[in-house]
Amino acid sequence: MDKQSEATILTLAIYVGLPVLLIGVGWLIGGISESSHESALRKREEELQYIEVTSMRTPPGFSASNSPCVLVSGEAVIASDAFKSWIFALKNIVGGESKTYSRLFERARREALLRMKEQARGLGFDAICNLRYDCADIGGNASAPKGKRGANMAVAIVSGTAWCRKGN
Amino acid sequence: MVVVNTEIIPGKSIVEVKGLVQGNTVRAKNIGRDIAAGLKNMVGGELKGYTELLTESRREAMSRMIAQAEALGANAIINVRFSTSAITAGASEMMAYGTAVVAE
Repeated sequence: MDKQSEATILTLAIYVGLPVLLIGVGWLIGGISESSHESALRKREEELQYIEVTSMRTPPGFSASNSPCVLVSGEAVIASDAFKSWIFALKNIVGGESKTYSRLFERARREALLRMKEQARGLGFDAICNLRYDCADIGGNASAPKGKRGANMAVAIVSGTAWCRKGN
Repeated sequence: MVVVNTEIIPGKSIVEVKGLVQGNTVRAKNIGRDIAAGLKNMVGGELKGYTELLTESRREAMSRMIAQAEALGANAIINVRFSTSAITAGASEMMAYGTAVVAE
């Protein structure tokens, strides 16, 4: 093997092998952490199912005998992995729904909602009304030029008013 | 201080509207957190540093808003909303705004 073909193999290894390795590691670890996170979410959601969440502006059926309401909130930032980012880059060429990123954002939103519910449970409430979802751009990804962008991530911010369904 | 994001305070009546109050904060994490986020971006998972950043920002913005309402002589803030904007990588602005009222 001459020196030139050795250099070609090395270049190929760096430009093709390394990204493939990273995407592979991302697919493996990202997939495992995604499914374990989702099963944890399902378990916690079942536990907190008794907390009634509505997006109504006022608590339905509230009377003066109920204890005072309190603002509760939750937030979650979940990172994308190398595999998801690569799939999205491909999807961006042809357009259409990116199922991998939809799933990522859903996880962030469920996590934020659960944190809010846990806060409400900690304060002794059993219902939340006027639920609002917000988003944030921590990385400045929407406006930054390519190469200066931060990590790809899903950010979910949720707020609501916690109240007690039963009167005192 | 009663803080809610509903238009009324359930069980109480609003006797006086004091006006709009707001609080904002821009927070950044140290460069170590940003590098950690970049690494985490390969394998996925929660970016705890950034979640913390949002929680701290929200608390700070809310306490500034509450201080403003107290200065106006209000005892409650209703219809609280949050808004965010990006400044640069690894930093975020969080703003909380609501209507300061006197409720009985």
